[in-house]
Amino acid sequence: MSAHRSGPRRRLVQAGAIAAGLTLLVGCTSNAPAEEDDSSQEQDDGATSANDDSGDTVTIGFSAPAADHGWMGAITSSARAEAEKYDDVELLVAEGTNDVNLQISQVEQFINDGVDAIVLLPFDGAALTDVATRAMEEGIVVVNVDREFSSPFAARTTILGDNYGMGVSAGTYICEQLGGDEDAVVAEIAGIDSLPLTQDRSQGFADALSDCGLEVENRVAADFTVQGGQAAAANLLQAAPQIDALWNHDDDQGVGVLAAIEEAGRDEFIMVGGAGSRSVMESIQAGDSVLQATVIYPSTQAADGIRLARLIAQDKALSDLVEVEVPRTIQLYAPVVTADNVEQYLPTAFE
Amino acid sequence: MSESLPPSLATGGSVPPGPDDRTPLARTADDGGHGTAAQAAAGTGRTGRRGLLHGGVGRNLGLVVALVALCVVGVVTGGDRFASLDNVMTILRLAAVIGVLSIGMTFVITGGGIDLSVGSVLGLASIWASTVATQTMAEDVHWVVMVLTALAVGTAAGLVNGVLIAYGKVVAFIATLAMMVAARGLAEMIANRQTQIVDVDTFLDAVRGDVLGIPKIVWVFVLVAVAGWLLLNRTTFGRRTLAVGGNPEAARLAGIKVRRHTMYLYALAGLTAGIAAVMMLGRTGSGSSTHGMLYELDAIAAVVVGGTLLAGGRGTIIGTVLGVVLFSTLTNVFIINNLSTSAQSVAKGVIIVAAVLLQQRLAARSRGA
Repeated sequence: MSAHRSGPRRRLVQAGAIAAGLTLLVGCTSNAPAEEDDSSQEQDDGATSANDDSGDTVTIGFSAPAADHGWMGAITSSARAEAEKYDDVELLVAEGTNDVNLQISQVEQFINDGVDAIVLLPFDGAALTDVATRAMEEGIVVVNVDREFSSPFAARTTILGDNYGMGVSAGTYICEQLGGDEDAVVAEIAGIDSLPLTQDRSQGFADALSDCGLEVENRVAADFTVQGGQAAAANLLQAAPQIDALWNHDDDQGVGVLAAIEEAGRDEFIMVGGAGSRSVMESIQAGDSVLQATVIYPSTQAADGIRLARLIAQDKALSDLVEVEVPRTIQLYAPVVTADNVEQYLPTAFE
Repeated sequence: MSESLPPSLATGGSVPPGPDDRTPLARTADDGGHGTAAQAAAGTGRTGRRGLLHGGVGRNLGLVVALVALCVVGVVTGGDRFASLDNVMTILRLAAVIGVLSIGMTFVITGGGIDLSVGSVLGLASIWASTVATQTMAEDVHWVVMVLTALAVGTAAGLVNGVLIAYGKVVAFIATLAMMVAARGLAEMIANRQTQIVDVDTFLDAVRGDVLGIPKIVWVFVLVAVAGWLLLNRTTFGRRTLAVGGNPEAARLAGIKVRRHTMYLYALAGLTAGIAAVMMLGRTGSGSSTHGMLYELDAIAAVVVGGTLLAGGRGTIIGTVLGVVLFSTLTNVFIINNLSTSAQSVAKGVIIVAAVLLQQRLAARSRGA
């Protein structure tokens, strides 16, 4: 996957040789980590169809927020890995930014480049809606991942995780584990409260708990970082001397949460994680901590986005569906991972 | 005015008196032969201005060379993808918002201060201008309501900074740090931590799109830059800014109301944050408390790379504009080459350090001359 695209370059014939050399040099440097990526994203491809056969080359532009979080890092690396599986996909990665102004600019560059498709995980769906709409108007297939645009005209297909469903899965699991004890104390450590995804997760959690007569007694919000999780959990444990079950929205901040739990020497409760990191799954497998389960929020959804963008650009459809076209929206499931089924999910865990 | 206001307090004291403090004086003396701070302060116009241009040209030349070199890299590695009008517009659109902030920042830094709050104030203004109340009013009255709201919020926040720093004698770094945190928090409270979508079509139509083939937000950047250049180089306000930043005590002796002027500088920075908020509202079609996150650092970087002395007393709008464009071109070239933003951050850091080293060397040379 070279950074260099075979665009018309008649005016630069002479510079061409130097350009190629330089680009190769730069390209190689930039791709080194991606190539030695011992990707764990290998998946069972399921049904075989003609869909994977090589077709017209599709140039896909990809942009996502900054990889300041394990999950987000896996989004980009799994998208890259997926693109490399296809010899008819050329991936342009405009690397992560949490500045919507810059991300808009990245999409504008893709439009200028005349890419066939754009797979976009916007930092803020509403803020990127206008530029995505412009891309659609230019005839570019826009695949929206994870954070939804505010207009249906901005994307051909949207792939969403199920944040509400995560809350429901976690809440339902905790209900089962507590076995109808209506006096049980349930605590929650949320992610960044300003994000709709956090609000959805908490809502789903509350709804599922109320189904079995429970409610969240103690709730704190962290910020998806290890240190944020540590600080939030330390405060929460101080505030709640006795807990029966704890749901932590995010496994990255969970590293900090576990550190705080260990520091406080607490083990009277069960803990459920969120998102599905490798370290959390490994400790579920080992079964030596309060951590008993985690709820998956797939970090491979951008990789799905790459596949769908390729299919749409090549006028193909999903082979397992009867439909002639790729669906408009795909929502992923949020399964609960426990010691019983962890083997199955480890390959798609994020680092 | 107080009788013996220490220089560092008068301007907020973000910068400890160091050898650089002497630079403006030294240069004025070089140019005019008999220049004093008092004369510079009173605006002995010609010498002061010539000194500014004299010092500026060489540094701007360095920036132009850097920019050209970067463009060559862009053309070689990106070919037509880089060297197209569309791409130039993409670069300028990216530069515009931070560019406007940087113009305000140039004034504050030239005046010997620092403003860490502009990014947060941008976020706050974008939120305030896109609340349901403001948007409803804009629908009923005129879309300008949203613009005025953003400008008013920005200016008010800047005024608070200014009053705290000039009259409350709070160190600029701390006062604006407090505003940075508080403005972001207030924005989150007002918005209930949600993104506010702008539904006022007349507003969006007014701020989006092109005029004469150039995006409107780029026009705004150009207008603000020109206005800033005139203000700094052609008005008493500009000369006073240089004087206050160069040597506040001398400026005070020359009859400049240093504290009031300092307050104005922060209000001006707030105003540019308000303008930037309007641009951001148009560009993203939404107000958000996360808008402008870390923009203050981008703005400071652009200003310093542009050649404005961080210690105050010398400022260049042209340099700032070049600095902003340099950084956004860098970003553009990196994206074209599929390089990571992490590498880009490293490159940015190297450029900043190189610029400051160059600045120090030139300052040392002008002292030695």
